[in-house]
This record gives sequence, structure tokens and C-alpha cells, in this order.
Amino acid sequence: MSFEVAIPTRVAPAILPGSGGLRSALSDLFWRKPKLLLLLMLLPPVLWLGIVYIGSLFALLLQSFFSIDEFSGLINRQFTLKTYGDLLQAANLDIILRTVTMAALVTFASAIIALPIAYYAARYARGRWKALFYLGIMLPLWSSYLVKIYAWKLILAKEGILTWLLAKLHLLWLLDGWLSLPIVGGNSLSVSSTGTFIVFVYVWLPFMILPVQAALERVPGNLVEASSDLGASPGQTFRNVLFPLALPGIVAGSIFTFSLTLGDYIIPQIIGTSRLFIGQAVYSQQGTAGNIPLAAAFTVVPIVIMGFYLWGAKRMGAFDAL
Amino acid sequence: MTSAVSFQKVSRHFGNVRAVDMVDLDIVPGEFFAMLGPSGSGKTTCLRLIAGFEQPTSGSISIFGERAEGVPPYRRNVNTVFQDYALFPHLNVLDNVAYGLMVRGVGKPERQKAAEEALSLVRLPGYGARRPSQLSGGQRQRVALARALVNQPKVLLLDEPLGALDLKLRENMQEELKSLQKALGITFVFVTHDQGEALSMADRVAVFNDGKIMQIGTPEDIYQRPKTRFVADFVGSSNVLPPDFVQRYSGQHRWGSLRPESIRIGRSAKGDGVAARLVSTNYLGATTRLALDADGLRLHAIVPAGATLPKEGEAVVLTFNRDHLHLMDEPA
Repeated sequence: MSFEVAIPTRVAPAILPGSGGLRSALSDLFWRKPKLLLLLMLLPPVLWLGIVYIGSLFALLLQSFFSIDEFSGLINRQFTLKTYGDLLQAANLDIILRTVTMAALVTFASAIIALPIAYYAARYARGRWKALFYLGIMLPLWSSYLVKIYAWKLILAKEGILTWLLAKLHLLWLLDGWLSLPIVGGNSLSVSSTGTFIVFVYVWLPFMILPVQAALERVPGNLVEASSDLGASPGQTFRNVLFPLALPGIVAGSIFTFSLTLGDYIIPQIIGTSRLFIGQAVYSQQGTAGNIPLAAAFTVVPIVIMGFYLWGAKRMGAFDAL
Repeated sequence: MTSAVSFQKVSRHFGNVRAVDMVDLDIVPGEFFAMLGPSGSGKTTCLRLIAGFEQPTSGSISIFGERAEGVPPYRRNVNTVFQDYALFPHLNVLDNVAYGLMVRGVGKPERQKAAEEALSLVRLPGYGARRPSQLSGGQRQRVALARALVNQPKVLLLDEPLGALDLKLRENMQEELKSLQKALGITFVFVTHDQGEALSMADRVAVFNDGKIMQIGTPEDIYQRPKTRFVADFVGSSNVLPPDFVQRYSGQHRWGSLRPESIRIGRSAKGDGVAARLVSTNYLGATTRLALDADGLRLHAIVPAGATLPKEGEAVVLTFNRDHLHLMDEPA
């Protein structure tokens, strides 16, 4: 068999000459020494992370081991555990307990709300619906955090739309009953812990949905089929296959929801009771009270809690499916 | 006797696409049944209909005499070996194999013992503690097989399970699957696009095309006596002969088929040989495959390696035993 169309032979050297100039020389150099390029690219962010970021965190840690002179209000730059002793006073422990409980509840609620949304997005949403999903999740993040919180204050207020809606549905007794409970209740939702909780969940929910969706996206659909094929009911498939595989995503999301709640000081200030959260304590200690060491010690609390949290999550095998 | 699987006028449509179109099928208990066809021919959809992942648009399916429409996969005593194995990445090999027993509430010591036995059956004893990601493709395939077999299914479905393996491993697994099926006596339904695999392993083969079954029969039937041009062409690439050509040798105006190994190559016409030209030769190891041009009709012949062959482009004369010329049912 012979080809009737001949391919024109090009006259070209086997090795092409460089285009000359500095750029060509640099390109060749980087090609021969790829690690050099990597070093050049990583140096600025590593410097930033190492010095500015970790460095200031270290300075903060250092501050917590100083103490304040109660009479002069001056900082005594000698290492002591006195500030940590102050931290363990009942009033401060109360703040820590309240904040951690709130963070845990917000995380739990976010995970429960996020799972079905993320599952739908990962498994069924395609094309336009997927775009709509991302838009729906991200859109609230585009508007100002403060505006959203004040909007919620109006929604949750006694004269707000929620009370109005419940009145129309003749369900006001439900709200009143809830608000008359201790701890979670109050005069209206906007000045109750329940209100704080609702707004926290609203604000941090996207940070839970996105990692869970990413985790579920990576679960091949045929694992669900295989589980069903082997005799597992949909509930068993969820417990034994989907949930364990979504767990790294839930843990990743919970790191956001948990630590953001631990550190936030604006939401509990605008919505909720007058009882303090860690963030507010830090804010008032370093501002009004001028007690930088105690503020620093308060800041160490979320870091330690998150450290234990991640350690526990790792031990539970949350990262095994990564 | 009740069929292991029975399809009556089963169709499965996806929008306008008739993935499975009025299929009738009866699979005998204990047989090794292969569904053979090109991709998109409906064979995998048929498998998924048996497993319960798809529901028929119309028609009825029964498994061992029991109606299966509307029955979810987890209530069917049928297990599948998936094409890409679908092993659970978060469980070790033993827990993967024991999964079916676990969801059925079998106690831990009992199900682990059964899983160990199943792993021994597929010749992977002692691999229980490993993760699927630590296994080779062939080992994963065996784990998937053990995971299905440990449930003692009434029917085992295999969706191109050997497709991802290399040739040597594939040949080994073919023999192993075959002997395993003989030993266990479980009905195997095997989907493949590899005609060699289907012919060598199955007791019976169904050839699929365009959502329909073109022919069901023993491998010999399918290979020696294809009913249609599609089957002749798809299963082992028979020479498909047009009615005019066939009429000259058999007196009947019908489509015919001729196996490539039935053609003999000569240099001079003795009697009524077919004049042709040798177009190209392909060395295949044990045999050599010749492409021939007989006055515009493309033919293939397979001759044993070592035979002295004419050069490419030379004129040759083809002869064949008249008995080997098979007449197909397909109308001219």
C-alpha cells in the first residue's frame, strides 16, 4: 500500500537554537534547576507565614506569660503563670464554657443542615443547577457581615417578621414558650442565646457546606450502588459509607465553624444576652481594661481547644479517607 | 425448571434512547452466561436491571421465579462485581469482604471468619488488614469477587471485571473464574466486549447490539454458525460474504460467513479457487493473518506461522471447504 499524498519534509535542525536574551537564559536555567524556581516562588509566602504570622502568634503566647500590676496597670515582663491563674476564675471559666458550648452546638447544627444540601449538590446537581448552588452558597458571603447581622437583628426582634409570621400561623405560643425557658430564652429572640445561635449558624454555614460537598463529590457513585448491592438499606449505606467518607469534609468544615464561633465577638455583642463570649472578653480585656496578658491568655484558649479537637478528630480516623 | 433470571419483553429507555429494547432472556441456574456486545449495546443495562440499579420501562423480570420489578437492590439476593471494583476506601480488605454480612447483622467473629474464608477462596489469605489502595489491580479484583461471593448470592453479576487487567493476569483470571464457578455452582452472568473472553469462559453467550439480543447460543454456535452479519463480524471477525458470492458456491442467494482459518492460500488455480491479491500480512505469533482482496471483496485468512507465504501484492488463489461456508439467516 502506498500513500498518494506525500507529507512535505521540513528542513529543521534536531536541536533548536535558543531565542537569545535574558528570558531565554532564565527559562533554560529554571528548566535545568526546577528547585531554584520553587524556592523563588515559595520564599515570599514562607517569610510572611514564618515571621509575620507565626511570629506574632508567638509574641501573643509570650504576652500571656506576663502579668499585670493591679495597682499601676503596668505590664510586668516577667514570666509567671499568674495570668493563667486569673483565667481559671469562675467568671472566666463561665465565659469559656459558654463559648465552647455555643461553638459545639453551632458546628453540630451546621453539619446537620449542610449534609443534605451538600449531598444534593455533589450527587444530583449538574450544569445550571450546580452554578445556582454555588451562587446560593456564596452569595451571602458577598455582602457585609455587619449588614447581615443587623438584618438578622430586625428579623429576630419582637416587632420583626419572624414574630409576625408566627402570629399569623397562630404559633406564637411556641415562641413564647421557648423564650420563657432559662438559658436559651429571653425577652425576644434578638436578645436571647437562641438568637445568637441562629445567626452564628447562618453566618458560618457556607464554610461547612463547601468542604462537605467537596468530600462527597469525591465519593464515586458506584460505592453507594455497591453498598446497596451488598444488602445495605439506604440508612445503612449512609451510616457505613457516605457518612464516613463525608467525615473529613465535616471535620474540615467544623474547624471553620468551631474556631470562627470561638473567636467571634461581633455577633454575640449585637444579638444575644449581655453575657460575654471569649471574643468579647479578649476585646474588653485588651481595650477597656488594658489587661493585655489576660487578653492573650483568653486567646490561647481557642488555640488549645482546636489543638485537642484536631488531635481527637485524627484519633477518631476522620482523616483516614483523605 | 425455573430460570435463574428471566426477561420477558424487557425494555429500558433513557429519554429517546432505547438502551434495552424488548429483550427476552432465560438464564439457566448454575450456568456461566456471557453478555457480549460493543459498548452501548445494552448489555450493561441488562446487568443493572438484574442487580436492581435500573428499573425496566416495560416488561417483566423474574429472578428464580420471583418478580423483581420494584424490588430494590438491597432486597435481591444477587451480587455484583463492578467494573472498577467499587471497594470501600475507608474500610480494610476484611471489612470490605464482610460488609454484606455486617449490614445483615451477622456477628463480628462469624462474619470475619466467613470473610477470611472468602479471601482464601480467591487466594488472598492474610490480606485482610490491608487497605484497598495498597493492593494491585488484580488483587482488588479478587477482593471484589470475595466480597460478592461471601454473601452466597443466587446470581453473581460481573461487569467487565477483567477489563482493567493486563493480558497475562486476565488469562489467569479467566481460568480461575471458570473453575470457581464450576466449584461453587452459582449462576454467573458476565458482561464483556471481548469476544475471546466470552467464548472461552461462558456456557452460553448472548450477543447484543442496539439494545437487542442478536443471538443466544453456545460459544460454538455463535462462532461457527452466526445468524446475522453483525454476529459474524463481531464475534471473531468472520469473513462476511455477500449473497452473489455465496450463490456461486452454494447455489443459495443468502449472506454467508467463512472463518478466516478455513481459507487456504495457493499460487495456482486448481478447480474453482477464488482469484485474489495479497494486500498485507500481520504476524501474530502462532499464526499469521492475511488481508486479501478478491476483486473488491475484502477477506481475511489466518494461516499457521511458518508457512511459506507469497509477497504482499502478489496474486494468489483462495480455496476453502464448501462445508465451512456458513449460510446466515439474515435475508439477502
